Amino acid sequence: MQSLDRKLLRDMTRLWSQSLAIALVLAVGVAIMVMMGGAERSLRETRDTFYERNRFGDIFATVTRAPMDVLGRVEAIPGVRLAEASVSKYVILDINGMAAPATGQLISVPSAGVPKMNVPTLSRGQWPASGQTGQVVVNESFATAHGFGIGDQFHGIINGQRRALTIVGTALSPEFIYTIGPGSIMPDDRRFGVIWMEGTALSAVYNLTGAFNTLTVGLGRDANRDEVIRQIDLILSPYGGTGAYFRKDQISNAFLQGELDQLSTMVKVVPPIFLIISAFLVNMVLGRLIALEREQIGLLKALGYYKGEIGWHYVKLAIAIGALGVAIGWGFGLWGGRGMAELYAQFFHFPYLVYVPYPSVYAISALAGLAAAALGAVTAVRKAVALSPAVAMAPPAPARYQSGVADRMIHFMKMRQTSVMIWRSLTRWPIRAALTMLGIATSAAVMVAALFMFDAMDELLDKSFVQLNRQDVVISFAGDRPRSVIEDVGHLPGVMVAEGVWSMPVRLKHGQFSRRTSLEARDPGSELTHLLTEEGDQVTPEGGIVLTRRLARQLDLDLGEQVTVLFPALGGTSAQVPVVGYAAQSFGMGAYVTPETLSQLAGQAPRVSLTNASIDQDKSEALFAAVKATPAVAGLVEMAAIRKSFNDTIAQNAGMMTTINSLMAALIAIGVVYNAARIQLSERARELASLRILGFSRGEVSYILLGELAVLTIVAIPVGLLMGQGLAAAMVTGFDSDLYAIPLAITRATYVRAAWVVGLASALSAAVVWRRIGQMDLVAVMKTRE
Amino acid sequence: MAHEMTNSTPSGLVETPPARVFHTEDITKIYRTGAVEVQALRGVNVELIAGEFTVLLGASGSGKSTLLNILGGLDHASGGRAWFRDQELTVMSDRGLTRYRRDHVGFVFQFYNLVPSLTARENVALVTEIASEPMPPEEALERVGLGHRMDHFPAEMSGGEQQRVAIARAIAKRPEVLLCDEPTGALDSKTGVQVLEALEKINAELGTSTIVITHNAGIQAMAHRVIRFADGNIADVTVNDTRIAPSEIEW
Repeated sequence: MQSLDRKLLRDMTRLWSQSLAIALVLAVGVAIMVMMGGAERSLRETRDTFYERNRFGDIFATVTRAPMDVLGRVEAIPGVRLAEASVSKYVILDINGMAAPATGQLISVPSAGVPKMNVPTLSRGQWPASGQTGQVVVNESFATAHGFGIGDQFHGIINGQRRALTIVGTALSPEFIYTIGPGSIMPDDRRFGVIWMEGTALSAVYNLTGAFNTLTVGLGRDANRDEVIRQIDLILSPYGGTGAYFRKDQISNAFLQGELDQLSTMVKVVPPIFLIISAFLVNMVLGRLIALEREQIGLLKALGYYKGEIGWHYVKLAIAIGALGVAIGWGFGLWGGRGMAELYAQFFHFPYLVYVPYPSVYAISALAGLAAAALGAVTAVRKAVALSPAVAMAPPAPARYQSGVADRMIHFMKMRQTSVMIWRSLTRWPIRAALTMLGIATSAAVMVAALFMFDAMDELLDKSFVQLNRQDVVISFAGDRPRSVIEDVGHLPGVMVAEGVWSMPVRLKHGQFSRRTSLEARDPGSELTHLLTEEGDQVTPEGGIVLTRRLARQLDLDLGEQVTVLFPALGGTSAQVPVVGYAAQSFGMGAYVTPETLSQLAGQAPRVSLTNASIDQDKSEALFAAVKATPAVAGLVEMAAIRKSFNDTIAQNAGMMTTINSLMAALIAIGVVYNAARIQLSERARELASLRILGFSRGEVSYILLGELAVLTIVAIPVGLLMGQGLAAAMVTGFDSDLYAIPLAITRATYVRAAWVVGLASALSAAVVWRRIGQMDLVAVMKTRE
Repeated sequence: MAHEMTNSTPSGLVETPPARVFHTEDITKIYRTGAVEVQALRGVNVELIAGEFTVLLGASGSGKSTLLNILGGLDHASGGRAWFRDQELTVMSDRGLTRYRRDHVGFVFQFYNLVPSLTARENVALVTEIASEPMPPEEALERVGLGHRMDHFPAEMSGGEQQRVAIARAIAKRPEVLLCDEPTGALDSKTGVQVLEALEKINAELGTSTIVITHNAGIQAMAHRVIRFADGNIADVTVNDTRIAPSEIEW
C-alpha cells in the first residue's frame, strides 16, 4: 500500500465519528434512490410485462347495446390490431355474514377458452365449464377478503333475480391491478368483486344475446391513436357509446400510473436533498482537515508531489466516506425495497411482483453518492493545493476579525465577552454560519414535508366526507331512471333524505385542450352534497358550468370563458357553456351544471343516475336487505366504509412512516450540528483551553462553542419550517394527478413536532461535544503548535 | 575525537574549475502582506559549488530562507534569475518546479515536518515511492542511525530522532542537493550534533551538495563555504581552509 493511502486510512479512523455522521446522511439519499427507484422500476416493469402478456387494451369503450357485427367494423379501422366485445354489468352481491350489499362487476368470458384481451391469469381453479351459468371466477383479492375457496357460493342480484354463484376459480386481471369499485376512492375487497362468467349466460340474462356493451381495442405499433378513437366513437355513437378512452384514463391503470409518478417525483426530489447536505458536510470536514494539514500539504509539495496527486489524496478520503455511505444506503435500500414491494402487493394485485435489485439502480445511486462526496471535496481541496509550498508550510496568519456597525451595538448592549466571541465568530465566517444554518433548516424542512402528508390526509377526509359529501350512502342504478326514483329511494326503510344526481359522460373542449369527464347535475339546495370554492364558499352552477379547479387549469379556462361540451352518448351533440365558478375537490375532476342546464344541453327531461341518501343507522340492516331485493339497484356505496378503509390505510402506514421520517430528519440535524461542533472545537481548542486556564468553567467555555450552534439552530428552525412549507407545496404539485389532489394543509402540531425533532437532535450532538470539552487535556492542547 | 578535514572538493581530483550547482543573477524577492511590503532579497548574486557543504549565516529576516526557498523551487523570485546547473529555475512553471524538487532536491526543515500519521519508514517511503532511483527507506534510516526506530510514529520519537527521519527522508531519493533550513534550530546541543553528524556523513559519503541555514555561528566551522547574509543581501563569502567535526562545535 502506498504511504499516502496509509495516511488516508489513519485519517479516516481518527475522523470515524464525523465520517460516519456524514456517511449516514449520504446513506439516506442512496437508500431512497435504491428503494424508491427500485420499487418504481419493479412496479413499472412488472406492469408492462403483465400488460403485454395478458394483452391489456389500449382503448376502452362502453355502449348501451351494440350488435356483434359492429365489432367487425371496429376491427377494420386502420391501426386496430385486436378488438374484443364483451358484456359487463354492475350488480348487487349478497354475501353470507355481510349485511351491507357488496358491488360486483360481471364480465363475460367466451364460452370456449379465455378472452383475447385483458386476459385474467387464473391463480386457482379453472374457467367456468361451458353451459354452467352459475359458475364464476372471481378476482383473487375478493376471494381472500371473504375467505372464499373453490366451490364456495355467494349470491348476485342479476337483472332482478337472485342467483347463486359458485366459485370455480380465482384470477388476477390487468384491468384490476388496482381493484376499485364504482364511486369509491380506495380499494375495498370485501365490498367490491370482479366476477367473470360465461358470456352466453350473461348475455341472455341482460337481453344482450348477439350484442355487447363493452369494447376493448388493442392498437398496432404505428396506429394513429387519435384517429382510431375518433372512428370508434363515430361507429359506436348510434349505440349509446359514452366515448372511448385511452389506457391512461382506465381507472386501475390511472391509479398505478399515479403511484409511479409519485415515486419518480420522490426519487427526483428527496435524494438530492440528502446528497447536497452530505456534499456540504464533506466540504466542511475536509476543509477543516486541510486547514489542519496545511503544513503537510506544503511538505508533500516540497517533496515533489504534484498538485493533482495531493488533491486526489484528499478526494479519496471523501470518496471513502462516500463509499461507506453508499454501502450503508444499499443495505437499507435493499431492506426497505423489500418492504415497499410488500406494501405495494397490498394495493396492487399482480400475479407476480418481485422486487428486483436492478444493478443499474444501484450503480446510479452509488455514482451519485460518490459524486456528491467528491464534489464536496473538490472545492475544499482546490484552494489548499493552490498555495505555494513555502506559504503552505508557514503557519497561517491569524484570522482577521473586524469590528463593524454591529459591534458598536454589542458595546451598547454591554454583552459579555463570551457572547462577543460568539458574535464575532458568526460574523467572521458568515457563509459558513449561513450554510450550517441552512443545513439544520433542511432537517426541519424534511420533517415538515414528511409529516404534512398526514395533515393533508386529515384535511382531505374532512373536506370529502364532512364539508362536501354528507350522504351516508350512494345508490346507483343500472342506467338512468326517471326522477320519480328519488321518491322511491326516499321510501326505502331507514332513508331520511334522498337526493338525485344526474350525470352524463362528456368531453369538455377548450381550444386545443380536451378532457373526458362526467357532467353532474345536482338538485339546487342540496343538503347532502355541497360545491364549495377553495375558500369554502358555496358555489352554484347557475347559468353555466362549475369546474374543478384542476380541470379548469388543464383546459386553460378562466371564469366567463366558454367551454364546449360534447355528448358522445348523444351522437356527438355539442354545446357551449360559460364557466361560472371553480370548485374545490380532492378526488376526480368533476364538472357541474344545474339539472335544467343539462336538460337543455342534452335535449331530454331531467333523469337520475344515482341518489345520495342520509340514513338512520339503526335501520341500516333493513335498508341493506331492501336494496338487495330491489332489482333496479346496481350498487350501494357506504361512505363510512370508504372513510374507514381510507383511515385504516393511513393509520397502518403512519406510525412506521413517522418514525422513518423523523429518523431521516434527525440524521441531517445530527450530521450538520455534530460536524459543525467538532470543527469548532478543533479550530478553537487552544482558545478554549486558554480560557479554561484563565479560570473559566467548563460551562462557560462550552457556552462559547455551543452557544453559536444554539443561535444557528434557533434561527434555522423557523427558516426550516418555512422551507418545509415550500417543499410540501412542491410535493403537492408533484403528486397532483387526474384522480386526486392532495391539499396543502400543515397543522401547528406538525410544525411543533418538526421543531422538536431538530432541536432534540441538535442538543444531542451538542451533548457529545460538551463531553469532549470536559475531557480536553488543557496542557496538551496548549503545547500543540497550531 | 577531533579529526581534521582539508578543504578539497570531492571533485578536487579534476583540474577543471569546480562545477557550479547553483548560481544566481540579481535575485530579488518582495513579500506583500496587506499594505505592508517587505523586500526580503535585494539583488543577490551567488555561486554554490557542487559537492560542497555550504552554510548560510545571518540574523532572522536577513533573507537566507527566502534564497533557499527559491533555490529549492519552493517559491518564485520577484526578479532576477537563478539556475540549477544549467536549468533556469526562474522560468520554470509550477509543474516544472515540482518535477525539479521531485528529481533533484532534498529538504530538511526546522520543525521536521513529518506526517504524524505515518511511521518513520512510511515517512521515508513517501519520497521513495515517487523518486526515480531511490535507496530503500531502511537504508536511508540506517544511514542516519535510526535502523532500530523504523516503525515508530513521530509522536513516539525525540526531536533529534524526528529530524534524523527528516534527513533520511530527504536523502532517500539520492538528491543532488540537500537544503536544510535551521535543521538544529529546535534541538539542544547534543541532539543538534547528532543531526549535523548525519548531514556531514551524507555529504562526505554521497557527495550531495548540502546547504544549511543557521543562525548558530558555531556551525560555520564545519562548512566548506560560509555565506553571510545581512539585510537581504550577501555580506561576505568565506572559504574554510580547515573544517572541524560537528562534535567540536561550540554550541
